[in-house]
Amino acid sequence: MPHVETKSIRVILPYHLRNLAQTGEEVTLAISPPITVRTVLDAIESRYPMLRGTIRDHDSLKRRPFLRFFACAEDLSHNSPDDPLPESVASGREPLLIIGAIAGGSR
Amino acid sequence: MSKVRVLVGTHKGAFILTSDGKRDNWKVSGPHFAGWEIYHLKGSPADPNRIYVSQTSGWFGQTIQRSNDGGKSWEPVGNKFSYDGVPGTHQWYDGTPHPWGFKRVWHIEPSLVDPDQVYAGVEDAALFHSTDGGQSWSELSGLRQHDTGPHWQPGAGGMCLHTIILDPADPQRMYIAISAAGAFRSDDAGKTWKPINKGLVSNMMPNPTGEVGHCVHHIAAHPSRPGVLFMQKHWDVMRSDNAGDTWQEVSGNLPTDFGFCIDVHAHEPETLYVVPIKSDSEHFPLDGALKVFRSRTGGNEWEPLTKGLPQKDCYVNVLRDAMAVDSLDDCGVYFGTTGGQVYVSPDAGDNWSPIVRDLPAVLSVEVQTLA
Repeated sequence: MPHVETKSIRVILPYHLRNLAQTGEEVTLAISPPITVRTVLDAIESRYPMLRGTIRDHDSLKRRPFLRFFACAEDLSHNSPDDPLPESVASGREPLLIIGAIAGGSR
Repeated sequence: MSKVRVLVGTHKGAFILTSDGKRDNWKVSGPHFAGWEIYHLKGSPADPNRIYVSQTSGWFGQTIQRSNDGGKSWEPVGNKFSYDGVPGTHQWYDGTPHPWGFKRVWHIEPSLVDPDQVYAGVEDAALFHSTDGGQSWSELSGLRQHDTGPHWQPGAGGMCLHTIILDPADPQRMYIAISAAGAFRSDDAGKTWKPINKGLVSNMMPNPTGEVGHCVHHIAAHPSRPGVLFMQKHWDVMRSDNAGDTWQEVSGNLPTDFGFCIDVHAHEPETLYVVPIKSDSEHFPLDGALKVFRSRTGGNEWEPLTKGLPQKDCYVNVLRDAMAVDSLDDCGVYFGTTGGQVYVSPDAGDNWSPIVRDLPAVLSVEVQTLA
């Protein structure tokens, strides 16, 4: 069986999800290619099961509406979750940012 | 000596207020889950150290937290609430069919006998059940699949299942209420349900006495008389003496019969508490004076309780799950306001004082009486 090298992927979580997962701002995950939003979220949810349903819907796996995925100064939120992430994310030089939308309101 | 633990859910976290039985010196713990909306938290009657919390957020959705040590530490448990089968539709505000979709847990009701069993009332209205301490949830879908389900409509706050009452004398019997579908009863542990809205009159409905469609705000029952129910409807305070089969109005001399919360004295099953609120849509106390009304006659005859409560310039609301009683010999009564105050009366309503004044808006108040 061919050896598949895993990559060290950096992810920055929003404040409330760090608290929920009891982790730091940035987490590092070992992921086998392809490196996509889907494989990164699969890895996050595997390591931190309490985050299931908080970033994407349990069943449809759609991104929750008030969250965004940024990397390398680009908004990747509307890309397919199966698109390859930028090389600098896949190589671990840059993090994938999961951002809670700024939505100041009455509460 | 006995102690009380008051569990407060707010728009920005949970707070736990503790005191000895005198209830005049309080410790405040929190915010727990700071920044999240805590619709409800409630302890297990079978194990008071087991507490369940509904933690929600417009950004991150629903989480359920559980404590096994009375709120000192917490662990997230299961948060997957999937409707059974193809969910279908209910009516939207404009009368068109709208797909059922999970939004949040409004109310958590732990089993009376098993700390690992717990019910959750959710928006869009449905009842879920867990038998493993909240790790997994399954829908008791006979309720939502009742013939009338496609005709249920949301109230202004969403189509929420906000009240769950478990009958201590009959484990097969339970009651729930939905805004704005009405009240329902199951006599087979949640498998099948019947609407119990006969006697309710809601003039905002095309048929004011319809089988469903009533905006029930809350229901309370005394454990020693499980067939006797008291309801704060959108307008009207109601009672039923036959497990909801029929209702009669007991608003009596209340200055307004609109309100959200209702509760029953721990030792006097005919002593009730409500907080009349001005409506339409203003939703604050009449004349800026915050008054709890007490009936010692099971309704109809009400007296205002004002000692220690603000009697001018007070424009807060008291929401449906934000009143509770303890079971000490001198029954304590508690309520929280949208202005962030939690009030206690250690003498059944005669005298009130604030435990805290400046919390975020209070969504729910529950009390545990501890040995």
